[in-house]
Amino acid sequence: MAQTFQTTVGSHHYRFKSLAELMAKATPARSGDRLAGVIADSAEERVVAQMVLAELPLTTFLNDALIPYEHDEITRLIIDDHDAEAFAPLRHLTVGDFRNWLLSDQATSEVLTAVRPGITPEMAAAVSKLMRNQDLILVGRKCRVTTAFRNTIGLPGRLSTRLQPNHPTDDVTGIAASILDGLLYGSGDAVIGINPATDNVAQSVKLMRLMDDVIQKYQIPTQSCVLTHVTNTLEAIEQGAPVDLVFQSIGGTEATNRSFGFDLNTLAEAEAAAQSLNRGTVGRNVMYFETGQGSSLSADAHHGLDQQTCEARAYAVARKFSPLLVNTVVGFIGPEYLFDGKEITRAGLEDHFCGKLLGVPMGCDVCYTNHAEADQNDMDNLLTLLGVAGCNFVMGIPGSDDIMLNYQTTSFHDALYARRVLGLKAAPEFERWLDEMQIFNDVKTHKLNDQVPAAFANSLRHLPREPRHDV
Amino acid sequence: MTSNPTPIVVENPWERLRAFTDARIGLGRAGISLPTGKLLEFQLAHAQAQDAVHAPLDVEALAQQLQKAFALEHEPLRLHSQVEGRAMYLQRPDVGRRLNDDSRERLQNAETSPSRADLAVVIVDGLSALAVQQNSQPFLKALYQQFEQDNAEWQLAPLAIVEQGRVAIGDEIGALLNADAVLVMIGERPGLSSPDSLGLYMTWAPEPGLKDDRRNCISNVRPAGLNMVEAARRLFLLLKEARELKISGVKLKDRSEDSVLEGDAAASGATKNFLVAD
Repeated sequence: MAQTFQTTVGSHHYRFKSLAELMAKATPARSGDRLAGVIADSAEERVVAQMVLAELPLTTFLNDALIPYEHDEITRLIIDDHDAEAFAPLRHLTVGDFRNWLLSDQATSEVLTAVRPGITPEMAAAVSKLMRNQDLILVGRKCRVTTAFRNTIGLPGRLSTRLQPNHPTDDVTGIAASILDGLLYGSGDAVIGINPATDNVAQSVKLMRLMDDVIQKYQIPTQSCVLTHVTNTLEAIEQGAPVDLVFQSIGGTEATNRSFGFDLNTLAEAEAAAQSLNRGTVGRNVMYFETGQGSSLSADAHHGLDQQTCEARAYAVARKFSPLLVNTVVGFIGPEYLFDGKEITRAGLEDHFCGKLLGVPMGCDVCYTNHAEADQNDMDNLLTLLGVAGCNFVMGIPGSDDIMLNYQTTSFHDALYARRVLGLKAAPEFERWLDEMQIFNDVKTHKLNDQVPAAFANSLRHLPREPRHDV
Repeated sequence: MTSNPTPIVVENPWERLRAFTDARIGLGRAGISLPTGKLLEFQLAHAQAQDAVHAPLDVEALAQQLQKAFALEHEPLRLHSQVEGRAMYLQRPDVGRRLNDDSRERLQNAETSPSRADLAVVIVDGLSALAVQQNSQPFLKALYQQFEQDNAEWQLAPLAIVEQGRVAIGDEIGALLNADAVLVMIGERPGLSSPDSLGLYMTWAPEPGLKDDRRNCISNVRPAGLNMVEAARRLFLLLKEARELKISGVKLKDRSEDSVLEGDAAASGATKNFLVAD
């Protein structure tokens, strides 16, 4: 099967040794591929690789596995679950044709949904490498992926938010303060999700109870999640904890996931356990996954692939377990993978496009760290672009500052900005709740209430007088 | 003239909740946007954090400080990764995981080393020299107290300080020092409100090439985060369990808090806070 890929431009003959090398060299430049030593040697070589890639039949990806079938359970998942019937309308296309087809008027939202099981992550990654940012936005917007648990996420014209009330010592009053702040800014319809400061079962159960209490008391049509290791959540379920969603960070190779301490069987077990609790009211999507370009390289588990192709393969893992939410944490991993605002922006749009094309309910943690060459302006740009692209959800955190994870993501204010300028709304069930609770004076025009709504004003009277110093 | 009923900037009456968290809550709003003062506060914090990433560790001062504070017979070992310069450090974590030749030789020839050790403690600058400079001594004091109070014997390898290093560099150092386990104390990426956060990574049976699933991590160790005494207590429990079971990482669950962190609230199994108080 060792096909070679070559062409001549002017007097220069270009030869790419493998499909993996061709894919890597066709990828828009980023620091992680440079770190892995798979990046194109010149700007010209990159475009030449894109031209060669454009000529490849899509069927190539079914016959030439980038990571051998025998060595990787994600390759096996991709090949075994491939739906030849759904693929039939695309079967005759090259990668370049595929871009044209995706942009064409033939590819309506309904048609894109129908062909989804016929598209592999490698096909999605390949075509994305030929696409400009506007192509990624235009096609991403046509792909609709809707999921549900206690509300419905991903409907057209909606932009949901994960309320992320992290606290460096998991202090309950501190967390409750951030939850209140978020709710009163209309945040939290995707999930109220806490990254625990310490990753253990007892701590996770404590935080699950805290959020469950709040959701029940105020009858909030949303779900909670503690972002602890999948095996911790399984243990919490056994202990009878109120688990809505099961979290796990996932990658696109078996070795990446083993380095995270799980495999596909673990996820299947977790999905079944969470569904057995029957806690959803309008749907049964119980998984919450996070991904991000660079995780496979970081775990030394990338098999010589470029980081964007590895990332797209992670979506094959995600879609197997019908998640409520998948979040690409695009700028979190640091400048060794995505160096600056330009690379972060491109990656965010690629991930959203590939995820949606494959049928994954894609959201994005529009974010950066203090050691990256990025700032709030870069975040404003990407947030706006993703809002236009129809991204399912973004993060919401007080003042953009995660005081536990030490990075910056989108704030409650930012989400309202995006909703206002783009005419987007919260999930319908949650929007009704915002209205009933009088959090907004006018929820349609995103005008907040200048007063604290009655139910919350009452709670504020229960504040302890002095800050508590736990431990 | 009638007075305008709505001020341009709407304050949030729950701003007083900031007494309970460093999170940027209750910022108020102009329309739905950040008021000017809060915007500029954020910009200043970001500028300071960016500057902190590039500040170098004063190894000389730290080594002397630790030698004096703990009456060490020898000065801590001073080691360096293969990284040359901060720009390379930020873009080449693979190079930051490897010792340079000089450091490796120094470890192999360390006359001060015992033939084996139960634990090697490795201090690494990471992304915040400030965290390491400020927290190393108080944390080690708390950790050494745990060892003293324990019935079992704990043989410690010589203390090492590494410049321009990543977490995994501890694996090579632990192996060269014949240590059963390695503890890496490293400066975490500076946050806007926390430029001084220390991360602790413990690995049983360290050797080059181990992956993250073999490590246990305790994060946010700083005066305003997880305090030194509690961090040392948790780390020590992990270490004891690792020694007993001869494993670390995801297979070794952190059970240090099964007896509970939140004092009164968790003791009753409750998670009551003002939002759900009746």
